[in-house]
Amino acid sequence: MSSRAIQATRSGRTRRGKQTGWLFVAPFMVVLVAMLIVPIGYALYLSLFRDQLIGGNHFVGFANYIQLVQDSKFWSSFLRVLIFLVIQVPVMLILALVAALALDSARLHAAGFFRIAIFLPYAVPGVVAALIWGFIYGPQFGLTGSFNDLLGSDLLKPFTSTWILTSIGNIVTWEFLGYNMIIFFAALRVVPTELYEAASLDGAGSLRTIISIKLPALRGAIVIATIFSIIGSFQLFNEPNLLKTLAPNVIGTFFTPNMYAYNLSFAGQQFNYSATVAIVMGVITAVIAYVVQVRGTRQENR
Amino acid sequence: MSALTTPEVIPEERRAGSRSLRKAARRPGPSGYRDKKSLGLTAVMVIFLVYSLVPLFYLLVNSTKSQDSLLASFGLWFGDGFHMFQNIHDVFTYNGGIFLTWFRNTLLYVVVGAGGATLLATLAGYGLAKFRFTGRRAVFAVVLGSIAIPGTALAVPTFLLFSHLGLTNTPWAIILPSLISPFGLYLVWTYAVDAIPEELLEAARIDGAGEIRIFFTIAIRLLTPGIVTVLLFSVVATWNNYFLPLIMLSDPKWYPLTVGLNQWSQQANGVAADPIYNLVVTGSLITIVPIVVVFLLLQRYWQSGLGAGGVKM
Amino acid sequence: MHKRLRTIVGAALTTVAVTAALAGCSSSTGGTGGGGGNADQVDAALKAGGTLTYWSWTPSGAAQVAAFEKAYPKVKVKLVNAGTGNDEYTKLQNAVKAGSGAPDVAQVEYFALPQFALADSLTDLSQYGFDDLKSKYTSGTWGSVDLDGKLYGLPQDSGPMAMFYNKTLFDKYSIAVPKTWDEYIAAAKKLHKADPSAYINSDTGDAGFTTSMIWQAGGRPFKVDGTKVTVNLQDEGTKKWADTWNELVENKLLAQTPGFTDDWYKQLAGGEIATQISGAWFPGVIESGAKGGSGDWAVAPIPTYDGKTAVTAENGGGAQVVMKQSKNQALAAGFVKWLNSSDGSVNTFLASGGFPSTTATLTSSDFLATKPDYFSKQPINEVLKGASDSVASGWQYLPFQVYANSIYADTVGQSYANFSDINTGLKAWQSALVKYGNEQGFTVSAK
Repeated sequence: MSSRAIQATRSGRTRRGKQTGWLFVAPFMVVLVAMLIVPIGYALYLSLFRDQLIGGNHFVGFANYIQLVQDSKFWSSFLRVLIFLVIQVPVMLILALVAALALDSARLHAAGFFRIAIFLPYAVPGVVAALIWGFIYGPQFGLTGSFNDLLGSDLLKPFTSTWILTSIGNIVTWEFLGYNMIIFFAALRVVPTELYEAASLDGAGSLRTIISIKLPALRGAIVIATIFSIIGSFQLFNEPNLLKTLAPNVIGTFFTPNMYAYNLSFAGQQFNYSATVAIVMGVITAVIAYVVQVRGTRQENR
Repeated sequence: MSALTTPEVIPEERRAGSRSLRKAARRPGPSGYRDKKSLGLTAVMVIFLVYSLVPLFYLLVNSTKSQDSLLASFGLWFGDGFHMFQNIHDVFTYNGGIFLTWFRNTLLYVVVGAGGATLLATLAGYGLAKFRFTGRRAVFAVVLGSIAIPGTALAVPTFLLFSHLGLTNTPWAIILPSLISPFGLYLVWTYAVDAIPEELLEAARIDGAGEIRIFFTIAIRLLTPGIVTVLLFSVVATWNNYFLPLIMLSDPKWYPLTVGLNQWSQQANGVAADPIYNLVVTGSLITIVPIVVVFLLLQRYWQSGLGAGGVKM
Repeated sequence: MHKRLRTIVGAALTTVAVTAALAGCSSSTGGTGGGGGNADQVDAALKAGGTLTYWSWTPSGAAQVAAFEKAYPKVKVKLVNAGTGNDEYTKLQNAVKAGSGAPDVAQVEYFALPQFALADSLTDLSQYGFDDLKSKYTSGTWGSVDLDGKLYGLPQDSGPMAMFYNKTLFDKYSIAVPKTWDEYIAAAKKLHKADPSAYINSDTGDAGFTTSMIWQAGGRPFKVDGTKVTVNLQDEGTKKWADTWNELVENKLLAQTPGFTDDWYKQLAGGEIATQISGAWFPGVIESGAKGGSGDWAVAPIPTYDGKTAVTAENGGGAQVVMKQSKNQALAAGFVKWLNSSDGSVNTFLASGGFPSTTATLTSSDFLATKPDYFSKQPINEVLKGASDSVASGWQYLPFQVYANSIYADTVGQSYANFSDINTGLKAWQSALVKYGNEQGFTVSAK
């Protein structure tokens, strides 16, 4: 997308002074620097020190980074969100894709109602979503309890260590399924009608139309949805943090990297080490997002 | 046949401008000429529907229950008596009406934070789309890079920075960080490339209009669907913001609804436990309503606005 | 810029102060606002008036503040609920770290108090002659605020542990009320066998409960002397408790419902959890949260190991402290004194379901004669007063107990989750605590 966006501007005006653009861009950039670049710089600075409850603040060089590389808590939290990501993101995106294609097929009854209703959970704050699902998951008296009673078994145990990632994944999927569906749907809507007419003249069936027209047209939207989902997964915090009261032994203080960073700072007063965790996670996320983007765009230009 | 397999055609089509976009959004459906409604497909979508709505139904049903019947009745159906109005009354009067304060705070953060974010993103997106200037590529790189940086990872350093500056526990601690929306900028940018024809700007310039005036009289109007989309997503982001206020604020008088509701839910804990789950449930419902209404009212705009941005990547 | 510079200098000074205090400098009158106070200063400050900020989550807070403002019209108190327990401590800790933003007065539970005392963030109230109030409070609570000869707060409430039990359920299965822990385990087995959905207790691992149970068993796992800390979560008493509780954990005789959740309240009301070993504040909790259990519940002394000597421990409860950041420490001290020793305030607190720390209240005939309907008109305070008299002495919390409790689930909680030997979890907890303490500059040894 980069080259295209820049190219499109090349025809833009260049005559009346080269810097007029800054007039529009400067306010954003000032806030961006203050709210993003400066905190990053400060985090980098912090990560080179160690402040103790007793004994004060010392410069320690890269000791925090060395400690992090050897920190099994950090890596286990990282591995957990990685597993979460590899399973939850594809499931959610495929479901969203199916829903979007169904909406776009014009073969649905009451398509408009479906569209807005499935999208609604996105408007529910993550905190509220976790509260609702927390009630529903209740193994004694929640819906889960009723369901188990019905089957006369203990089939569903949302708060056990084997199930907890699924339970959280379900909440996240519930929250963002409709959102991704709308992104895909909106992308499908701008596919020019002529393409479909051509396909129809060629006698292509609906499956064929999906594979050869719709999916390629969706590639950009899929890439962007994937990137945002990856970032979201690596940042996982609200849902597990709120479910922690319901499953204290299963969701530990280092359940996700973000929870680890939070608990290091605010329970353990280890601000410097916490900043190190934040930086390393930021770098990893940025690199992965970049790779996905590059791969996504390269395929498009194939 | 070749038209079938070369998606490169699409960008050419799209470049035709915003009018065709809106037209596209209104067209009856790609396969409109043979739209047999399918019951099977509708049935599949009903599953999606049930999945999406059951938790909301749960919220609705349980907001009609008192604290006691909440514990005593089945979750997915109504309990003894209808206490919704009593609950709503209690939500707004509990603890000296603090819920109203939280509601007002949330509105403040949304109006100033999301409004400001939209304004900044619109200005910058327009600037990037329609002007060439020194450092443009650098801006481009920084913005793209910042989309990838996890916002919450910055929360701790931002907190420490703000506490040095005495900004914690003030509305600024919530508003300032939410003024940045790299995704919003990106959306406006891609939208503006197509939606504002160069000729229109040139004509205005020949008429002697200044750049600022051109922006506010011409550009803004053409960008409206894109701006509304950015606004809506910024509104949702600030309305749902939890992590940042949780860290930054210590005084409930500055809490947004999300943090306040969680405090109510935490109240069931510990020595002086005083569970008010009925108020948590009803309060959650009340929190969702405004944002749902906004989405429903503005859905025409944001759907076409998204169509432009989402596909461009 | 000036402000920022000041904050940094302030932070530096605080660090120096902490170091000095920890290096054994015995001056108790550091801080900015109230060096070298005395009792007259407090009265003068109350007369002169001013504004105070007070952080508390006590339900009776608003009523107490209103009564105080009525008694001292010139003083305005801004009551802020900055969160319950750990949520508040996080914010308090942040304010201490930032050098500003702390309230004048804060509610702090006993287990968290040493942490704030050590960071030199609390005012020593003995400078105002509050030492004289010692006789007003139970020895257990006084010992929790009087650390190393400095008085860091006045006790608000106490939580001597007793056994709350569902009498209806016990009668139904003709189970005798256990007097020893062995009998308790036998009761657990009998109950669960008779009704597989019923459990003797609910415990998925709770740091506060564990430390109190160790305390009752005679364990003293934490020894603190300034910055020298010893952790021994395998001492005799600790092992005694762990081995006993293992019987319940390993045989899956405990309901797997975390405390204070929706499900927990439902099970308490519905006769699926038969007992709670809890602080004396528990009646307030169950009355407001599990109304359906009314008439079923009763209270008895906590079981003991030998069945002879009554011995219990404190569980929960806390004090009000004056923060060093306060600009008007004398006034803040005056408020704390009124809050936790005047009859009006203490009675307001009691009415909201709290359990007192003042001996006058504990021995008053009105208090002892209270017969709540929820407990079928049992005079429960007689039992609880007995508990209050038999709290074992000599217990210490870690100077980083808030952190310690936060990682409890990562360590001991894993034993609970796997239904395996708690001692394994305790050892893991111990090594994590030793590691953390040493990283933070304490001298921590595992003994």
